[in-house]
Amino acid sequence: MGEMSRAVHEPPTFLRRYVFSTDHKVIGIQYLITAMFMAIAGGGLVALMRMQLAWPGTKWAWLGRIFPDGMESGVMKPEFYLSLMTMHGTIMVFFVVSLGLLGGFGNFLIPLQIGARDMAFPVLNMLSYWTIVPACLVMLGSFWVEGGAAAAGWTAYPPLSAVRTALPGSQWGQTLWILGMALFIASFTMGGLNYVTTIFDQRTKGMSMMRMPLTIWTMFIASAIGLLAFPPLLAAAVLLLFDRHGGTSFFLPSGLYFGNQLLPNSGGTPLLWQHLFWFLGHPEVYVLILPALGITLDLLPVFTRKPLFGYRLTVYCLYAIAALSMIVWGHHMYVSGMSPYVGEFFAIGTLAITVPSTIIGVNMIASLWGGTLRFPTPMLFVIGAIVFFGTGGFGGIFLGNATSDIQLHDTYFVVGHFHLMIGGVTLMAMFAGVYYWFPKMFGRMMSERLGKVHFWLTFPAFYAIFLAMHYQGLAGMPRRYYAFDKYEYLQWLQGSHLHVSLAAFLLFGAQFLFLYNFFRSVFRGRKAADNPWNAATLEWSSPTPAPHGNWGEHLPEVHRWPYDYSVPGATGDCTPQTTPASVAPVTF
Amino acid sequence: MHTTAAITKTSWEGGVSPFGTGWSKLMMWLFIVTDGLVFAGFLAIYGFLRLAGPSWPDRAKMFHLDFIALMTFTLITSSATMATAVGAARKGQGKLARRFLALTILGGLGFLGMQAYEWSSLIRAGATLSSNPWGAPLFGACFFVITGFHGSHVLSGVIVLAATWVRSGMGLSRPEGVEVAGLYWHFVDLVWVFIFTLFYLV
Ligand code: HEM
Ligand SMILES: [Cu+2]
Repeated sequence: MGEMSRAVHEPPTFLRRYVFSTDHKVIGIQYLITAMFMAIAGGGLVALMRMQLAWPGTKWAWLGRIFPDGMESGVMKPEFYLSLMTMHGTIMVFFVVSLGLLGGFGNFLIPLQIGARDMAFPVLNMLSYWTIVPACLVMLGSFWVEGGAAAAGWTAYPPLSAVRTALPGSQWGQTLWILGMALFIASFTMGGLNYVTTIFDQRTKGMSMMRMPLTIWTMFIASAIGLLAFPPLLAAAVLLLFDRHGGTSFFLPSGLYFGNQLLPNSGGTPLLWQHLFWFLGHPEVYVLILPALGITLDLLPVFTRKPLFGYRLTVYCLYAIAALSMIVWGHHMYVSGMSPYVGEFFAIGTLAITVPSTIIGVNMIASLWGGTLRFPTPMLFVIGAIVFFGTGGFGGIFLGNATSDIQLHDTYFVVGHFHLMIGGVTLMAMFAGVYYWFPKMFGRMMSERLGKVHFWLTFPAFYAIFLAMHYQGLAGMPRRYYAFDKYEYLQWLQGSHLHVSLAAFLLFGAQFLFLYNFFRSVFRGRKAADNPWNAATLEWSSPTPAPHGNWGEHLPEVHRWPYDYSVPGATGDCTPQTTPASVAPVTF
Repeated sequence: MHTTAAITKTSWEGGVSPFGTGWSKLMMWLFIVTDGLVFAGFLAIYGFLRLAGPSWPDRAKMFHLDFIALMTFTLITSSATMATAVGAARKGQGKLARRFLALTILGGLGFLGMQAYEWSSLIRAGATLSSNPWGAPLFGACFFVITGFHGSHVLSGVIVLAATWVRSGMGLSRPEGVEVAGLYWHFVDLVWVFIFTLFYLV
């Protein structure tokens, strides 16, 4: 009874309905739009960086007026480049991809795909969103404090992050960075606890764990990994704050000079931070990519009209990846002064992870085999995600081997590798997800024509950028430099910088097409049918767009797995999860 | 009377309820895991710094171990009174539960008072975040940060317990609420056992 009345009554006021809403769908859309906004910010930062790298030292008078400190009289200062780079990385990893995939799709899809009316703790959910908003503002605002934004990299290595006199950005910018990250971690923890509890405890009748779509599986595992990996980083961040403002030396050894001045610290070591950071940092990359893989896997059967290949094996592989991802962080530290034996341990663990990763990739390709393929916009992006996953993973093998990584570490090869992975796969999956679930969110379709143009601009431009970076890295070009024109051995690469920058501007520009399509379609898009893609998963069994409470009086009952397409003996090529066994045979 | 089973039944329409718990208890367990990992992080850092550090102060000279033992005893006793309160709440003996909740709160406050005393005597002897008259300055830094972090947990535990006490006085609290608050309290006590061992004994 209580359930029902909750389902029927919508919150009365505009404020409770769209701003301080506890409805998981509204919160999901809020997260998604926040992520888009932050993506424009993060993209804008990198546009400035690419201008500098393509035409180093050029004077841009109008930019000098916007950033009077960092680009005094229009020429970019090296330390400003470092701030841009640091904030680009931080924003993209935590405030675009985490926010979009887990906050956006996680919130929107989890209750809808497991047959729940909302999250287990709707108020906590709202709180999680309203914690991320100040986090975003703190991060963006840090550009305008004294010294500018943090400049120690998204990895915040000490001593640059711990000594306040190290760089201009090591002053207030770095402190605000820590504050922003603390808020992010608080928000993520609230969200993650909610997701795991909801997935455990709120599934509808018949929705056993092994009948959940892989999107839900990956959200579940990603949240779990995040919950395990973020706490130690929080501990480290607290200590970093004490090093900066309390006079402690957790991460600072003795004998450190800055500006001809000996620092009084002693006893600590920056290696400690590196271990703690990467203990989070590596699992974090899986927090980002797993939901992207889940979405990719889930959309495949819809557009091939055949069941997913290797569902059970994929679930086991997800568990294997989750477990292994906690013990391979050392592969980011091969050159940090690590015993070769310890290095070998981390190398073996890393190469072990490629096995379940490859199995998942092969399952994707096998899911295409023999299907009736269709290529509307979401499917194009799904294919893009698979391609990037393959290429990025190939680079990972060389980085995972300590022997070859010693050569490649801190070059553009690494930059190319991880952008294909946490940039490319996730971006492709998020676009696929937006085009695919847009009707569920707003009751309208996005424009197919604009969507296809968007894909055919985004995908090649992305490849043009990051494949080229692999070659630059192999040629020995180091990462995190603000200009390369002073190095003789890199002169011949100047043309490739121009190539990368032009492709980057194209990529950035193409995203405005997407934004236009998105916001136009919210109001003007073609009205969507209840199940526009003819898909079997549970979210399409509710009206489109889903009402408050998701389903009417009764929650749906689940009788089969989510991939029953072209079942022999069934009518039509799609058998929704709610179809009882008496109507169509259950295959799984 | 609300039992866990009753709560689970209304909210759980499918599958098998994983641990036979309601959401709030499951949530508290998950929270404890994450919060426990924050402490695990801190203690791992402490261990790392200690192994890497050349010398470590002689704790027997630095602390009055009898006093620390008394602190520990107080906290452990408060765990016992908490367990009694939870048991009474489950049996529906609200009055008894409140009495033991009050005792638990007193135990927590006693612990905090003793910790404040210990801190102030160390500070008076010249220990700060960046210096330590007994040797390695990093020990002082670790000590203040980590025991301070734990102390803030005890304080928030006391606040949660006080809220439960007030709410149960107004008839608002369910036995599960007492139980969930109790879980957190036991966790805070358990963490102290590790801190006690690592900082004062070994
Ligand atoms: C085939 C599996 C993979 C292997 C063997 C692998 C290996 C590596 C290694 C060894 C590094 C460190 C390189 C260095 O700094 O010298 C690295 C960097 C990185 N990888 Fe991967 N990786 C794999 C998959 C992934 C995935 C799936 C993601 C993301 C979803 C990812 C994201 C990253 C990121 C973000 C970095 C750069 C971190 C930084 O230094 O800023 N990798 N990878
Ligand atoms: Cu890694």
